[in-house]
Amino acid sequence: MNGFTTLVARDLRLVWRRPGDVAVVLAFFVVATVLFPLGIGPQADVLARIAAGVLWCAALFASLLSLDRLFASDYEDGTLDLLLLAPWPLELAALAKCAAHWIVTGLPLAVLAPFLGVAFGLDAKSLVALAATLLVGTPTLSLIGGLAAALTLGARRGGALLALLALPLCVPTLIFGAGAVESRAIGEDFSTHLVILGALALVALATTPWAMAAALRQAGE
Amino acid sequence: MADLHFLANPARFRRFSQRVLPGLALTTVLALLIGLYFALVQSPPDYQQGETVRIMFVHVPSAWLAMLGYGLLAVLGAALLVWRHPLAALMARAAAPVGACFAVVCLLTGSLWGRPMWGTYWVWDARLTSMLLLFFLYLGHIALSRAYDDPERGDRAAAILALVGVINLPIIKFSVDWWNTLHQPASVARLGGPAIHPTILVPLLWMAVAFLLLFILLVLLRTETEIDRRRLETADQLS
Repeated sequence: MNGFTTLVARDLRLVWRRPGDVAVVLAFFVVATVLFPLGIGPQADVLARIAAGVLWCAALFASLLSLDRLFASDYEDGTLDLLLLAPWPLELAALAKCAAHWIVTGLPLAVLAPFLGVAFGLDAKSLVALAATLLVGTPTLSLIGGLAAALTLGARRGGALLALLALPLCVPTLIFGAGAVESRAIGEDFSTHLVILGALALVALATTPWAMAAALRQAGE
Repeated sequence: MADLHFLANPARFRRFSQRVLPGLALTTVLALLIGLYFALVQSPPDYQQGETVRIMFVHVPSAWLAMLGYGLLAVLGAALLVWRHPLAALMARAAAPVGACFAVVCLLTGSLWGRPMWGTYWVWDARLTSMLLLFFLYLGHIALSRAYDDPERGDRAAAILALVGVINLPIIKFSVDWWNTLHQPASVARLGGPAIHPTILVPLLWMAVAFLLLFILLVLLRTETEIDRRRLETADQLS
């Protein structure tokens, strides 16, 4: 476990020294979201209706945006070779990378999204639901995205390919995430959706580290 | 599995497939002719759907084959990752586009059938969406296996993807039971026997057999091509 925290702390320190990388992702999230009211028109009822879906989709794209560098810089500077040789499981190393990715993208996105939700005219209950679903759902996005990043490590057209691989696998999370906010908006209980989101996150947590480690071993060969 | 290992040698596989292919091609043509005769001539038009029910004889078998094809990709992926079975990679490369084509045929015929029956080409229903996702997974598999300069690396990355994506298969199968959808529930493979009249079930099963034979035929042919291609590439590198 010690290696895990060390690796997370290392990745966070790397991000801390170049905060621009995170700022760009968050700026993309804001700008992409703002485009929708401009493109669709300022009718308040329409915007409130589509807000959950738009914010969830934008969060999904934003978290994919930073993923192609998740393993690539370690691959290029040789850190990955050391992780492969290290005496503790590669699965944990991959998990640590994803945890660090979530802390610097998923978490800020979940904090930022309610503020954008206000601009879309969401009510207070829906805003809480939005933040809660993003908190529970974004770890899944980081894990699935991490798997796609590991699979496309060293591939041609890596970035576009990463999106092609990750997006179909992220669809269940998107459906239940946006669905939770919508059911909250019409006054229903959204705990069922939230529990399913949690289950999806746990399934991703239980499966993706193995697949990521297998993909990274191939990249290291 | 032990019996399949003798096919691991590509040269031996080639001898095997060249012996099998002519007979298989003939059987496929025969089965298709019989199936089409039953489907287009023998079976009566539906009392509600009229002649459009005949779309089903293409739609349902292609859906089955698209799912079977992805299952095959997952099995081949496991064989490649566990036993480093050299032929599994080539066969997966050969099978993925065939399966993707069956998925497209299923989506297109379903959409053409949906227009007269449901009044719309497309609804965002669970069965349709999960089938569309299966098609995207096929695309990802095809793109990933061809994205590397070293083809073996692409094969193994795609094998991992096939194993992860296989989660989608039960979702497609049970989507019509789990969610209340416009698409009708399972009517052939269900407890208590098929819910279709024999005049429609018989041609459907004939068409399914014909499509299965066609799938096997295409995959074997394409695997041979992949073996030849890999040999030529190696010869190129050596010379």
